[in-house]
Amino acid sequence: MIETEEVLKIFSPHRGDAIVVPGRGGRYWIKLSTKPDLDLPLGDPAMGGHAAFAFGLALAQPNRKVVLFDSDGDVLMGMGILPTIAEHQPGNFYHFMLDNECWGTTGGQPVPNAGKVAYDAIARGAGYPRAFAFDNPETLTLNMARILSEPGPVFVGLKIVPEVQNDPIGRRKPWATRTRDQVLKDLRKELGLPG
Amino acid sequence: MTQEHKNLLSPEVVLQQMKKNGVTHVVWLPDSETNWLYLLMKADPDITLVSVSREGMAFSVAAGLHAGGKSPLILIQNTGLLESGDSLRGWALGLNLPVILLVGYRGWTRHGVTPDTAAVYTERFLHAFGINYFLVENDADSPRMTMAFEEARKTKRPVAVLVGDEFHGFNR
Repeated sequence: MIETEEVLKIFSPHRGDAIVVPGRGGRYWIKLSTKPDLDLPLGDPAMGGHAAFAFGLALAQPNRKVVLFDSDGDVLMGMGILPTIAEHQPGNFYHFMLDNECWGTTGGQPVPNAGKVAYDAIARGAGYPRAFAFDNPETLTLNMARILSEPGPVFVGLKIVPEVQNDPIGRRKPWATRTRDQVLKDLRKELGLPG
Repeated sequence: MTQEHKNLLSPEVVLQQMKKNGVTHVVWLPDSETNWLYLLMKADPDITLVSVSREGMAFSVAAGLHAGGKSPLILIQNTGLLESGDSLRGWALGLNLPVILLVGYRGWTRHGVTPDTAAVYTERFLHAFGINYFLVENDADSPRMTMAFEEARKTKRPVAVLVGDEFHGFNR
């Protein structure tokens, strides 16, 4: 098992000029990132859609890496996007998935068949040419540069320590420092896109 | 052109509207009306087709494409629109996505009497989300698509175009 924050720390030195969609790791990534205008810490606009969003971004910006930190719950909700991604073979798309084996934001209830789903095998079966799985920080550290040097789409399943939230949503401390609208505006400006 | 054809919505005219309004990607899931349009889009080098397997995914793909500077259009059936509520809320309305939803209006009848619940709930669904919409039934209605694009750009919101031509030109 790896801590979410540690995953992002291992990735951070390899980021380069990639666009990063930090997904469930947003609260940590905004403290680690040195290029916030290339980050999309959107929180959770609607669960299950992060991979589709990041894939759309990768299609739109084919000359720039797009790195997503997805979750097992999101992938389960939107598993049908995997063949779509594989069909288009975006060479710039890196799909990391944080697998905590539970619905972490609703109290930690297990996801379907928790702990027994081989997400890397599902990704490979959907047509991702490269898929990996790691359950400890040492091997992830050793392999991170190689993962990001492979042509995409690459899928990386990561067993992570659950961070279970039990408080009602209204009592949770917000971590975002920019509105979603501002995040998107900053990205478009950084990419030289109109308004 | 025969009188009958004048009363149809032809896929060529729909594609022309897309291109006139700068659509770069069509994120879609087939419905019973769109096969001829599909063949035309597939042959068009200016349009990239992104096929999804559940309509809600179309909204998040489109949001990503737009964030990266492209101009997507979502092409789905009203049944799929009904499935897409949370994605429409979060990825389209939540991210101010100026996207056109080209929606096959299954079950649409001009007289309002239909046994198809997909049609019964379509406009109620759009009302619930505050999505404005235009109805197109034939080629003469097609300028309404441009009106929809203009409204989406101006309001930074999704706008729907309901295709009320289930059995004719859209499917030939």
